[in-house]
Amino acid sequence: MKHLQAGYGTSAVAALEVRAVGHSYGRKEALSDVTFCIPPASFAVLLGLNGAGKTTLFSLISRLYGIQRGSIRIFGHDIGRDSREALRRLGIVFQARTLDLDLSVRQNLSYHAALHGIGSAEARRRIDSVLETVEMGDRLRDKVRSLSGGQMRRVEIARALLHNPRLLLLDEPTVGLDIQSRASILAFIRKLVSAEGISVLWATHLIDEVDPGDQIVMLRQGRVTADGRVPDILQKTGAADIGQAFSKLCRIETETGEMPT
Amino acid sequence: MRTQTAPDTGAAIPLRSPAFGILGYLICLKGILVREGLRFLHQRERFVASLVRPLVWLFIFAAGFRQVLGVSIVPPYKTYVLYEVYITPGLAGMILLFSGMQSSLSMVYDREMGNMRTLLVSPFPRWFLLVSKLLAGVTVALAQVYVFLAIAWFWDVKAPFLGYIYVLPALFLSGLMLGSLGMLVSSLIKQLENFSGVMNFVIFPMYFASSALYPLWRVQEASPLLYKICLANPFTYAVELIRFAFYGQMEWTSLAVVAAFTTVFITGAVLAYDPSRGLMNRKQDTGGNA
Repeated sequence: MKHLQAGYGTSAVAALEVRAVGHSYGRKEALSDVTFCIPPASFAVLLGLNGAGKTTLFSLISRLYGIQRGSIRIFGHDIGRDSREALRRLGIVFQARTLDLDLSVRQNLSYHAALHGIGSAEARRRIDSVLETVEMGDRLRDKVRSLSGGQMRRVEIARALLHNPRLLLLDEPTVGLDIQSRASILAFIRKLVSAEGISVLWATHLIDEVDPGDQIVMLRQGRVTADGRVPDILQKTGAADIGQAFSKLCRIETETGEMPT
Repeated sequence: MRTQTAPDTGAAIPLRSPAFGILGYLICLKGILVREGLRFLHQRERFVASLVRPLVWLFIFAAGFRQVLGVSIVPPYKTYVLYEVYITPGLAGMILLFSGMQSSLSMVYDREMGNMRTLLVSPFPRWFLLVSKLLAGVTVALAQVYVFLAIAWFWDVKAPFLGYIYVLPALFLSGLMLGSLGMLVSSLIKQLENFSGVMNFVIFPMYFASSALYPLWRVQEASPLLYKICLANPFTYAVELIRFAFYGQMEWTSLAVVAAFTTVFITGAVLAYDPSRGLMNRKQDTGGNA
């Protein structure tokens, strides 16, 4: 498989470095030789159809699964050998809803703060602050069940930011949301990157969530088919826009089983 | 903003944050306990169900069987006791057994729904997270047992007053054993639907093939094979440990067996949930795509 590699400087430690990672469920290979790098303070899109291996990759980065082949580093800390340091720098928004519906917003966030060893006084301060950031400050005492889908996502993002991570993973965070909520969450995350210098890996299969300035990592059947900035990918694939490139690198191959030239 | 992590963005050498002190571990444990307690309070049906089950046994089954099953004087009892009194330690054990398996069910549910993920991505060591979760489950189960014992007290099923204090460590250790068994089972169950299998293959055999409902000498008279099965069942020892503790006596064999099984089950559960060698990565879960 020919990769379109991005040429990033090596002076700074990468926010996320995935090197030659492979993973199998029994005999079924879900990921194979996946390699890419996300520099600090950047927005990267992990683009792939359903079943391309995005969620498996996220499970490996967050140490839910052990690494079978290759290595993953978060700001230089190996997720397998130095998982404590790596996980402290990582915030994650899972695709599935993972809030306790019967508990209040504050109770959910306090639980997460405790899981990161943050004491209650400090936790209260941070909860107020992150909820302000996601514009949910007035819902502190409400039960999660009473929130809309978009509001729950905001709370999940607030939760992921609670321990001040430097790398944020979001697994299809806009699935099931209406257009307005989608746009506002995307805009909010982009602001975090530019204002706070957080690095983001945003997994999606929706091309319209890609901006021209983004780094794109395309995943197809567990392999990286392209990795680079939008203009580079367009140039190398000869596509007119990213949608066409996505079709070339992901869809057409799936349908015809042929590699693009 | 934690200052130790902030300068990471441009640093060439990865910085290290200070290790979690004991305080950090305690905060984490407390958070897990509080969450489990809050969840329990919000699931009143679960609480009622957990009480109705042993109470039905006590009020109906035991009352009916009182005449059929005579229990002779066996230690720790010094006089003839009513059948209700005999099965109460077994029913306390039953609450712990169901609660342990229930939390196993909720772990499978959590895993399918993704809540388990939020626990496991905590930077604390995974064994600590699992043991904390176990302790939280046992604490909730102990509360259920004491409410049951209080109701039984009013039903005139009484142990010596101090027995209710002596029994606490016995209940705690038994709860730990059954909770860790539940955790181990949860790592082996792929899907939620398989829980009826747990009922049929774990809960019922463990409960019936034990000394919870009838003294072992009676079982031996009826069937030597069943007697051997009862003796091989760790639940028997949990029940006996609880029974003797009610009367301020220590059953050393039971203590040793329950402690040994607790160690084995906890170790097994921690290994099963260990990312590097665990069973989790061999199973493709729906990964939140559900």
